[in-house]
Amino acid sequence: TMEPLKVHIQFGGGAELLFDKIKRREVELPALKKYYPDCKHEKWLIKDLLVWIKDNLLKERPELFLQGDSVRPGILVLINDADWELYGELDYELQQNDTIMFISTLHGG
Amino acid sequence: MPVPCRAGCGKNAMLKRPKTGDALCKECFFWAFETEIHFTITKGKLFKKGDSVAVAASGGKDSTVLAHVLKTLNERYNYGLNLMLLSIDEGITGYRDDSLETVKQNRDDYEMSLKILSYKELYGWTMDEIVAQIGRKNNCTFCGVFRRQALDRGAAMLNVKCIATGHNADDIAETVLMNVLRGDIARLKRCTAISTGSEGTIPRVKPLKYTYEKEIVMYAHYKRLVYFSTECVFAPNAYRGHARALLKDMEKIRPTCIMDIIYSGETMEVKEAVSLPSQRVCIRCNFVSSQEVCKACVLLEGLNKGLPKLGIGKSSKAKRMLEEYNAKQNKSLEEAINNINEEYEKNNCISKGKVCRSSCKSKQTAQINKTHKTTSETCCNGQSDEKLNTDNDITNSKVKVLLKEYGLSEATQDDSSNLISEKIDHSNTEKVANATNDDDFEVDSHNTDEQIVDEDDTCGGACGKIDSLHISF
Repeated sequence: TMEPLKVHIQFGGGAELLFDKIKRREVELPALKKYYPDCKHEKWLIKDLLVWIKDNLLKERPELFLQGDSVRPGILVLINDADWELYGELDYELQQNDTIMFISTLHGG
Repeated sequence: MPVPCRAGCGKNAMLKRPKTGDALCKECFFWAFETEIHFTITKGKLFKKGDSVAVAASGGKDSTVLAHVLKTLNERYNYGLNLMLLSIDEGITGYRDDSLETVKQNRDDYEMSLKILSYKELYGWTMDEIVAQIGRKNNCTFCGVFRRQALDRGAAMLNVKCIATGHNADDIAETVLMNVLRGDIARLKRCTAISTGSEGTIPRVKPLKYTYEKEIVMYAHYKRLVYFSTECVFAPNAYRGHARALLKDMEKIRPTCIMDIIYSGETMEVKEAVSLPSQRVCIRCNFVSSQEVCKACVLLEGLNKGLPKLGIGKSSKAKRMLEEYNAKQNKSLEEAINNINEEYEKNNCISKGKVCRSSCKSKQTAQINKTHKTTSETCCNGQSDEKLNTDNDITNSKVKVLLKEYGLSEATQDDSSNLISEKIDHSNTEKVANATNDDDFEVDSHNTDEQIVDEDDTCGGACGKIDSLHISF
């Protein structure tokens, strides 16, 4: 499919501090093959989204948000308000209008 | 491909619990989360019916969830607790001032009273001012040590039976790991205790001891609790940060490691042969200490003397520095004591030094600062500034009156610094009485806090949570 994929990205628990303190964003992802010509799969997965976030939203200190090809341990990921651990984590396939939320547990409490 | 709730309620699961691996829906998660804390409370006998309990509130996720859950359980299980919030204002612009707004929100949301106690009023220094003196390297030491004492003072003012803190399972596992990594056997023994506090101190309890950080954050998220998550503006502790990162990495691979580390800490036995520091009373402020002079007094003295590095590092180092300092000052000691009376006649209310400059208009605050200064100046047997001595006698006579009023006998010291030590006790007593205007609080000047000297390089609340440091973004 070549139509753009609309997803809502949210940051909370202090993770927004890495993204200009903006907690909610609506982004349109281009066709995956356009963005990553070498990509082996057709549809956007969360792991692709993380790379896209790193390239487009995360300006500095990416190590505070990402570690390896995943989020830094201690950052929770919610897919439509549900724990991503129930939905395959990095391999979850993004759907139109999904809300992906990143909540830091690493900040002071 | 939704996963059904493991509890069999028919709803879709919303999260996977790290502790058990169970997939639960929101409602079943709330129930499990709250019930486990209830079991922790009842099994650990943390409260008695009718107790007044201060919730140490930073405005962060842990204390916010703690306050919310305690209120919920108090009503559900009829604990009969009188819950209130206690916050410490370290004086960190752009951080604590903001988070205190969150605490005020908690106060309104949970209908609990709120007491805010500032470093400025207790010690004469804000963290901003301390950092201006010492730089950003060791400021967490000051903050952590001062906070522990400040919490005790606040709890005494509120006349509560205990202080509930928001330490979660991840925090405790992290502390066990830290103590293992540092070979700190004394703290290793203590750090897993669900309730701490030696005789005469106000106990601290940790109802969230077995509660995972992930669940606390998910609970706060699903319940839409308002909490504050901005990082402290000052630098965090790197060593603890590494321990934390290591733990988070391991937790990712095997979430039960958190509970396992706590279990290891709880069941580890210390060989008889290992000598543990014995608890004693600080000769200056009478709080429990493992050293002759407690950490808070050493740090404060360093600040007030312009030797801010005094309390940084091992206590043996501080002792050495103090001894050197004393050796220098001893020569002038006798002379200085002689000057006390003369100077006293001349100066009745001199404000001096950094701490007093701004607040002398308020008599109450001035007195606090003054006596504070006095405490630190006299305790090292050194009189670096003779003018300060005048305050000793003012304090001394005032305190004598106070001591009589409260029926407290004077502390006796059998060493050569008898005169000095007495004054220390007095000035401290007066400081406390002044700071609070609360007769009941008087008791606290003879109270203790075993933890004052316990953690010398842990950020307490500046990094967001009472008594624990979090790695920063």
